[in-house]
Amino acid sequence: MRTITAQQISDAVAALCVRANKELPEDIVRAMRFAAAEEPWPLAKSTLGVLCENIDAAAERNLPVCQDTGLACVFAELGQDVHIEGDFTQAVNEGVRRGYAEGYLRKSVVCDPLRRVNTGDNSPAAITVELVPGDELKLTVIPKGFGSENMSRLAMLKPADGVEGVKRFVVETVQAAGSNPCPPIVVGVGIGGTFDKAAALAKHALLRPIDQPNADPYYAALEKELLEAINALGTGPQGFGGRTTALGLNIETMPTHVAGLPVAVNISCHVTRRASVVL
Amino acid sequence: MEHRLETPIDKEKLKALRAGDMVYLSGTVYTARDAAHKRMMESIDKGEPLPFPLEGSVIYYVGPTPEAPGQVIGAAGPTTSGRMDAYSPRLLDLGQPVMIGKGLRSPAVIEAIVRNGAVYLAAMGGAGAVMSASVTNAEVICWEDLGCEAVRRLTVKDMPLTVAVDSYGGNIYESGPAAYLASLKGGK
Repeated sequence: MRTITAQQISDAVAALCVRANKELPEDIVRAMRFAAAEEPWPLAKSTLGVLCENIDAAAERNLPVCQDTGLACVFAELGQDVHIEGDFTQAVNEGVRRGYAEGYLRKSVVCDPLRRVNTGDNSPAAITVELVPGDELKLTVIPKGFGSENMSRLAMLKPADGVEGVKRFVVETVQAAGSNPCPPIVVGVGIGGTFDKAAALAKHALLRPIDQPNADPYYAALEKELLEAINALGTGPQGFGGRTTALGLNIETMPTHVAGLPVAVNISCHVTRRASVVL
Repeated sequence: MEHRLETPIDKEKLKALRAGDMVYLSGTVYTARDAAHKRMMESIDKGEPLPFPLEGSVIYYVGPTPEAPGQVIGAAGPTTSGRMDAYSPRLLDLGQPVMIGKGLRSPAVIEAIVRNGAVYLAAMGGAGAVMSASVTNAEVICWEDLGCEAVRRLTVKDMPLTVAVDSYGGNIYESGPAAYLASLKGGK
């Protein structure tokens, strides 16, 4: 049994909120620079050039890459041999409050979905805890912007719809999103489970670096095929036209019911952020 | 084509703009998002004064991050314009000529743009650091309680923008992808 204190958790979450918003993950930066180099359509190429400049400008001027510094989605892989001293949820939310204040990040959370008063400190986080073997705690913060979140969709397909139905739904979702989610986008796809699990899988798919294919060759091939289909739509960077509509597409799956085929598509923008630490 | 625009906006000058053109905007820009638009509608309904004059003015759909010490403004890229579609035609009909945001607009907004000789300009979505570089001054002028959604008066210099919908209804979100796809078919 190992003890991790609420203070350690708050400190870690605060630092991750700031880091995630100011430095994009290496795989995303690599994909952006590659896309800018390879894009054949002139307006799309210059647009990607500006978006790459923005990544550098944020680093040079100590600014967030995007002004929508998101709702803090916090994922915890909690070792079952860890004892947490203090209140875990409060510790995470305290970390979010501190990170968003100290990092001069935007406070984008309202305390009630209909009555809509800003909480003023970007808390609370959307927390997902997974129990794993071991005595460590891995924390990942994904600050999720809502320009892209709003374009996400879920469908309860019929088993008869099969893989063709899944492909159609994913591509249609991206096409309907058009310019709104700030393309080039990153697409998280969840297939299977239940209504709620499919959505969680789609969000979870955004945790995986986009240069790391699904471990199952069947789904790795489907990821590649869907990415190609999306990049044939012509939407392009910012929706101004061009090849680069998506930088990457990840699929996560789980077993499902004999009668169902849930599919969820969680869309993320070119500012797909994630930062992790192991305590 | 590249154009330079200054505020207050003279609608005559908007006639030269075509979807896909670049615009460098200098002058005063007012920020307003969902909540500020809702309040402006309520003010208009009640006959109360608005936070800024509509005629000749530019509205930028943005909620910047707070400025750190020594900064004029934080990251300041555009938010999705479609959420303002319910409000924009009314503002355009009252003489407001230029909107800045990103993403698709409804047919009703595009009709109002054409009817009023207005334009919709796109700022670079997600480029918060680049967009903030053209802002030389920023102050909250109204509804401070809205936090990041408060109305701010920005002074901008050569703010880089793309004409998304021109005063004739030309729309880069349709013509841009169509031109790219046509170029593939043409074997270019």
